[in-house]
Amino acid sequence: MTTSATLTVDRSTAGQAMLVFSGDWVISAKRPEIDELLGEFGTEGAAISFNSDNLNDWDSALLIALCAIHQQAKQYQLSVNLDGLPDGARGLLHLALAVEERKGARKSARHESLITRLGNATLDIWGSCVEITAFIGELVLSFGRLIKGKANYRKSDLAVVIQEAGAEALPIVGLISFLIGMIFAFVGIFQLKAFGAGIYTADLVAVAMVREMAPIMTAIIMAGRTGAAYAAQIGTMKVNEEIDALTTLGINPIDFLALPRVIALIIMMPLLTMYSSLIGILGGLAVGMSMLDVSAMQYLVETQSALSLSTLFGGLFKAVVYGSLIGIAGCLQGLNCGNNAMAVGQATTNAVVMGIVMIVVSAAVLTVIYINIGI
Amino acid sequence: MNEQHSAKPHITVSNMTMAYGDFIIQQNLNFTVNHGDIFIIMGGSGCGKSTLLKCLIGLKEPSAGAVSFDGEDFWGSDDDDRLTMKRKFGTLFQSGALWSSMTLAENIALPLSLYTTLGEKDIAELCSYKLSLVGLAGFDDYYPSEISGGMNKRAGLARAMALDPEILFFDEPSAGLDPISAKLLDDLILELRDSLKTTIVIVTHELASMFSIGDNSVFLDAATHTQLTTGNPVELRDTSPIPDVRNFLLRGEPNELSDKGKAL
Repeated sequence: MTTSATLTVDRSTAGQAMLVFSGDWVISAKRPEIDELLGEFGTEGAAISFNSDNLNDWDSALLIALCAIHQQAKQYQLSVNLDGLPDGARGLLHLALAVEERKGARKSARHESLITRLGNATLDIWGSCVEITAFIGELVLSFGRLIKGKANYRKSDLAVVIQEAGAEALPIVGLISFLIGMIFAFVGIFQLKAFGAGIYTADLVAVAMVREMAPIMTAIIMAGRTGAAYAAQIGTMKVNEEIDALTTLGINPIDFLALPRVIALIIMMPLLTMYSSLIGILGGLAVGMSMLDVSAMQYLVETQSALSLSTLFGGLFKAVVYGSLIGIAGCLQGLNCGNNAMAVGQATTNAVVMGIVMIVVSAAVLTVIYINIGI
Repeated sequence: MNEQHSAKPHITVSNMTMAYGDFIIQQNLNFTVNHGDIFIIMGGSGCGKSTLLKCLIGLKEPSAGAVSFDGEDFWGSDDDDRLTMKRKFGTLFQSGALWSSMTLAENIALPLSLYTTLGEKDIAELCSYKLSLVGLAGFDDYYPSEISGGMNKRAGLARAMALDPEILFFDEPSAGLDPISAKLLDDLILELRDSLKTTIVIVTHELASMFSIGDNSVFLDAATHTQLTTGNPVELRDTSPIPDVRNFLLRGEPNELSDKGKAL
């Protein structure tokens, strides 16, 4: 059972203030507010001494009080006699005061006005725009070196990233595409059946998948799957000084790490998109056959009549654009990652967010362009 | 250890200032590393030793001053010339920094395949040889994650030596090694210097190792943000007139040797 801690000031000797500690000065016990007790101190300039005869148990709580007293004494230039303290406490106090607090080391809480924060946030956005532009420039230079055969990268790395960004993504892309195709078919059948135009569901599913949904759904899956993986891989390499090791050997990290990854996505995104379109159409077919009175052949013939090559290539071009954006977001965030574990998590999050934002913005821009040039 | 080498300057640092933004890490650095020297960069924690190393190996541009190798200005050169100079360096990073997606042999092979015209067989033989030099014979096909931290470090050294560099940079080579491994690494460093005439620059605060292998050193001070002195670590310990330097080299213990030195 701990008794509560008390601190009293004994001023019986003129010009002396004896601080009497009694009870248990431990963290778990109830203690007096040291700041209040010290409020009156110092102004009269009395020399400080201590008495700890009635002090039972003590731990860091006592030291916190002693440090505060020491601070006050220093401020008013009072002399302090530590003789009355327990030996251990004296030793620890010496240790705590041995190195002066470094000036400016303590971080002060800063209160920024709304306008300052808004301004800083705007500057941050501007900064990241500059970053992206610079990185795209670097990548273009890197492509130039690739064409001239001067880019340093390993062909085996390219093969591995192509496999990761391609074949290994097939199951998830297939599943999502099949479901999307089915959902489109359901919606289409319910609306079009009212007009007796149920068969046009095949047109709806085909055009929607090939032109818009397959590229954008694949892109969003790949941003979450591959873009995030790139940022995490490259970010971890940065933390582990592996990027520095490349740079000191004169190997450009953009050539070595970013180039193969962006190439892998540019190659694999159109292929995945075609696969996604096919699976989506099959999803539509499954729903169409079960809910409409049509044969598979009728559905597929209708699908074929709805599609043109320009629709297909329009979709594939989008896939190429999205793929390069995902690669850029992932590699940029990875290479700009800080030097600790938290920064890797942040880089991964940023890569996915930045990837999806860029995909959606470019989707809007491309759609407007397509409408204007009549695809 | 005080063996005299041809005192031909290899690395010259003149009036260099390093800063992150407005925050100055170190300023007015001036020192010379001679050919075949084992040069120690020392100083308390946080004084900028690793940053200095980064400036020397081309990872961070100094905000003022110059670094030159054999009289050729490093940061003032264009990218191609700088790349040529960089290929004469080997660097052992603090954690080893092996590329984790490649086996040890592939790690060593990468610089060889990029910068030499050797065939695959020659490269494989060279990799095995470099690994055996650091006591890792037979570990060619292991991934960095499959071996211990000390082995990673040695493999990192094998990679740093892949291109037979003229200068080897070490960032805290003995940090995290047991005393025996640290001693073996010191012996290896001495051997490399003696047999290959490699110039060696080491960032360390391992006293035993700097006394046993260091020929020359620079002492960076965190408080004044500049170098306090240069010289042979043993001589600095025994005769330096600067109390901070002696204190550091004697771990703050009473300076008996230095008193003897003064009496002589």
